[in-house]
Amino acid sequence: MEKPLVISGVQHWFGEAEARKQVLYDIDLVVEKGSLTVLVGASGSGKTTLLTLAGCLRRLEAGSIRLLGQELYGASEEQLIACRRRLGFIFQAHNLHESLTAMENVRMGLEVHGVAAMRNWREACAHVLTSVGLSERLHYLPAKLSGGQKQRVAVARALIGNPEIVLADEPTAALDGESGLQVVSMLKRLGRERGTTTLMVTHDARILDRADRIVSLQDGRIIG
Amino acid sequence: MSGFLEWLLGRLPVGWLQLVHNKARFASALAGVAFANILVFMQLGFFGALMGSVALPYQQMDADVLISSSDMNTLADAGPLPRQRLYEALAVNGVADATPLYYGKLDWKQADGTIRGLDVFGIDPAKPAFRFLRDNSKVKVLTLADHALIDIGTRNVVGDVLARIERGEPYAFEAKGRTLSVDGVFRIGGGFTTDGYLIVSDQTFLRLFPQRFAGAPNHVLVKAQPGVAARDLADRLSAVLPAYDSQARPVDVVTAREQAFQSTQRPVGMVFGFGIIIGTLVGSIIVYQVLATDVADHLKEYATFKAIGYRQGFFLGIVFEEAMVLAVAGFLPGVVISVLLYRLVAKATSLPLAMTMERPFIVLFGTLLMCGLSGLVATRRLARANPADLF
Ligand SMILES: Nc1ncnc2c1ncn2[C@@H]1O[C@H](COP(=O)(O)OP(=O)(O)OP(=O)(O)O)[C@@H](O)[C@H]1O
Ligand SMILES: [Mg+2]
Repeated sequence: MEKPLVISGVQHWFGEAEARKQVLYDIDLVVEKGSLTVLVGASGSGKTTLLTLAGCLRRLEAGSIRLLGQELYGASEEQLIACRRRLGFIFQAHNLHESLTAMENVRMGLEVHGVAAMRNWREACAHVLTSVGLSERLHYLPAKLSGGQKQRVAVARALIGNPEIVLADEPTAALDGESGLQVVSMLKRLGRERGTTTLMVTHDARILDRADRIVSLQDGRIIG
Repeated sequence: MSGFLEWLLGRLPVGWLQLVHNKARFASALAGVAFANILVFMQLGFFGALMGSVALPYQQMDADVLISSSDMNTLADAGPLPRQRLYEALAVNGVADATPLYYGKLDWKQADGTIRGLDVFGIDPAKPAFRFLRDNSKVKVLTLADHALIDIGTRNVVGDVLARIERGEPYAFEAKGRTLSVDGVFRIGGGFTTDGYLIVSDQTFLRLFPQRFAGAPNHVLVKAQPGVAARDLADRLSAVLPAYDSQARPVDVVTAREQAFQSTQRPVGMVFGFGIIIGTLVGSIIVYQVLATDVADHLKEYATFKAIGYRQGFFLGIVFEEAMVLAVAGFLPGVVISVLLYRLVAKATSLPLAMTMERPFIVLFGTLLMCGLSGLVATRRLARANPADLF
């Protein structure tokens, strides 16, 4: 059976002409289904870049990424959109829409799957928000939520569509240790129960303890 | 409102929620759209008033076909016709009657020293050229020398002169070295080129304008026999009359031609036409600014939606939603204020400035169109971008 995420020979550059600078060199990485893989590395080592490439948020310039059986190199916009819908992306910043309540923000993660998915959306959204401990804050605008609460709404938004892969960029940075661990437990449970695969950037030692695999990046290269 | 839009769009009305979230910006955007609407409405109003005031004297003519000099552009600038044309016309099959119309201008120096410019019609009192003269009891006095009727719609008349004439008190004034007695009123209404109209007999007209050759009217008004179409009669007349000095056209055709001339060849018409374009442009720029700023401010959120898997059409939908809300919500105050301004200006200028039935629909449609186009342009930068580059 094909692995959910197979990265091979990926290179990436930023900038044009003179300013062109390579940030990823020959990345090879295979992620097992249902596993929690943690990506570590110093600031600027290329973690976010790799994650956004795998998440179809950036066009792949060299190398190959097979995501859920789809080759991303040279993929069409439609193919990328189809892939994005099978992913849950949790951003380094929460990226909530300031005009929408917690419920509505989460709803946006469901509505993308069409009308069929929208049946019972209230219950579904409320349920996910409750599972991240926000049952009391369903109708709050982001401005009325703390940083950690916002990040938990973002987690709920990523999980509402039952993604096959979760890509998380330091989701626990804004969370206190307790709720950070809670989120990780959730992801691990989803991995066991539904085979949801998680690739996460974090430096939280307690999460590293629970990872199935730890991958280290240094200056754009995988060192172990 | 949010519920209604959600039902209408079948999705969360993100655009609406975005708009009302920033109340101050929403208000200023609405003010901008309303302002642009008012601008366009006023220009359309002036343009319509120009077209309307051009048509006013034609509409009152008791005629189906107008014979005028072949180089005529406007009712006022038509040169004199040989009187012979009148008799030639009367001999054409299908002509019920024909009557001359003389056209001149004179200044009316009022009691306070201000001057009103009046357009003077010389008519045959036995065959009055205008419909409103048919049952005007005062027409008889025109047969007397130096008697006249005045347009009760004449602009900026000092005091209650017009009201007193209407009540039956003759009013005398000096013009062209003669003393005219104004004995009654009729209604046409002034326009951009004249303050009002004066009607005198052809005899009085020739006394006022002695340089005019006695037998040469500016126009000949022709009535068709029942059942004869104006267009056919005009063709028949044209066949008979020499094309080098005269032309015969149905009155509505002459009206349309002068309206076209006034709007494309004369400064006033071009100014208002240009004003409509400028108003539309200013309105579009305002809406584009609002929408483009809004897209720029929400780039992060849109990038997130794009990362979740939304298509370009979804963002277009959001921006269209905003554009439509702005167009409709800005239009409503715009149209109300414009109607009030129309009244104010109509009162101040005695121009036929009024809201027509179709104008609001035209403006609303134009607003929706410009808002939609602005939305289209505003979302363009989202289309090709990597979501990751927008955060
Ligand atoms: N949009 C961009 N344009 C140009 N250079 C960029 C861009 N994004 C990242 N870089 C550069 O690429 C390198 C890797 O950045 P990246 O964001 O992947 O690092 P990171 O490992 O996620 O760091 P951090 O832990 O601080 O988030 C850095 O040197 C950075 O300066
Ligand atoms: Mg990073």
